[in-house]
This record gives sequence, structure tokens and C-alpha cells, in this order.
Amino acid sequence: MSNSFVVASAKLTNAVGLHARPSVKLTQLAKSFASDLEVALAPDGPWLDAKSPVKIMRVKASRGTVLHFRARGADAAAAVASAIQLVERRFDEEDEAAAGNARG
Amino acid sequence: MANVGIVIVSHSAKVAEGAADMVRQMVGTAVPVAHTGGNQDGGLGTDVAAIMSAIDSAWSEAGVAILVDLGGAETNSEMAIEMLDDDRRKRVVMCNAPIVEGAVIAATEASGGAPLDSVRRAAEELSPGA
Repeated sequence: MSNSFVVASAKLTNAVGLHARPSVKLTQLAKSFASDLEVALAPDGPWLDAKSPVKIMRVKASRGTVLHFRARGADAAAAVASAIQLVERRFDEEDEAAAGNARG
Repeated sequence: MANVGIVIVSHSAKVAEGAADMVRQMVGTAVPVAHTGGNQDGGLGTDVAAIMSAIDSAWSEAGVAILVDLGGAETNSEMAIEMLDDDRRKRVVMCNAPIVEGAVIAATEASGGAPLDSVRRAAEELSPGA
């Protein structure tokens, strides 16, 4: 197992940002990988455990914020790639967000 | 191993139902969820037998985490746990966490297959000083 981190970042483009439901989805995704997956609002941290629902729920990042991900472990590359895809897919909630009933 | 189940016990049937709805909509259906609220006359309160039946309905081999609101919900839930079989009793815990947020967080943790103790700890991280 490599000791180095896989790192990538993506901008939040969904209307609500990293609020309640997106937080749950990110946490669930993170838990599906064996690697440690962490998220930060700046490239140099502080890093938060993406598998912790409470920590992720507290981030409350709004639209336009860049999320930085890093992972270390056997499936680190897949974990980071999946997290980036989730953000880029707007957490699969864009229809709801576009309808304007999900703000806040 | 199955995911830990979540039981929501409120004085209000509407609060209990609404919290359970939030869990199902935000976390999905991978986690067994049951809720109970109100007394037998349809007023505010909690009922030991109803709590036992909610535990039964959310039962999982991995155990059940209970979220409660105020005083009586807690004491009646403790009583319901006491009345379970020995085998089940040790696999049911109460979370010292706000009922709605705690239910969502506990279910999120449970949905990843986390053990009962992790589910409780995740919910209790919400409380100040935890």
C-alpha cells in the first residue's frame, strides 16, 4: 500500500452546496471505500474525515466553494475520483435544487 | 451483517413520523427505521408497548439505536429495553443526541454498515461537549 495521498478538487455547483442531503451522500460514498477519504476547504487543510456524518454536516460549504479531497489506501484513487464525480453530478439533486425548494 | 436499525421515540406522533420521513428521504432505505409517538389516547406521550413494537419492527441482528426527545420518552424507552429478551437487550442502545439530527446522523453512520457502538458515537458527536 502506498503511503502517498491521492489528491483532487472540485467546485460545488449545486444550488444548496454541501448542506444536509449532499453531506449524507458524500459520507455514504466515503464509507463505501476502504481508504481514508478526507475533505478540506483549502488545499493545505485542515482535513476532515469524509466518513464522519457530523463533521461533514458541519462544513456547510456554499455553492462556488472548492472542495479538496485526499485519500490514502488501497482504493484511494477510486475514492477520490468518486467523490469528485459526486460533486460534479451536483449530488444527483440538481432537479430538486433547480426547482428552488431545496435552498438552505 | 445487516445494518443497525433506528427507532425514533417522541412525545408527538407527528414529530416521530416526520423525523422518520427525514431519515428515509435523506439516507435511503438501507437502514431499518421505526417510529412511535403519542399515548394510547392520541395525546402527547410515549408508550412502553409501542416502543417495544417499534424496536421489533426496526430489529436488526446488528442491533438497534434509539433516539428520544424529552424525559418520559427516555424513561419509557429504558423500560422497553429492560423488558426485551436477554439476547436482544444488549444489542439496543439509547443515543444521547437531539432526536431529528441524531436520527439522520445515526442512520447515515448505520447505512455504511457501522457497528452499533459507532452509530451511537456518531449521533452523540452532535451534542456539545461530546
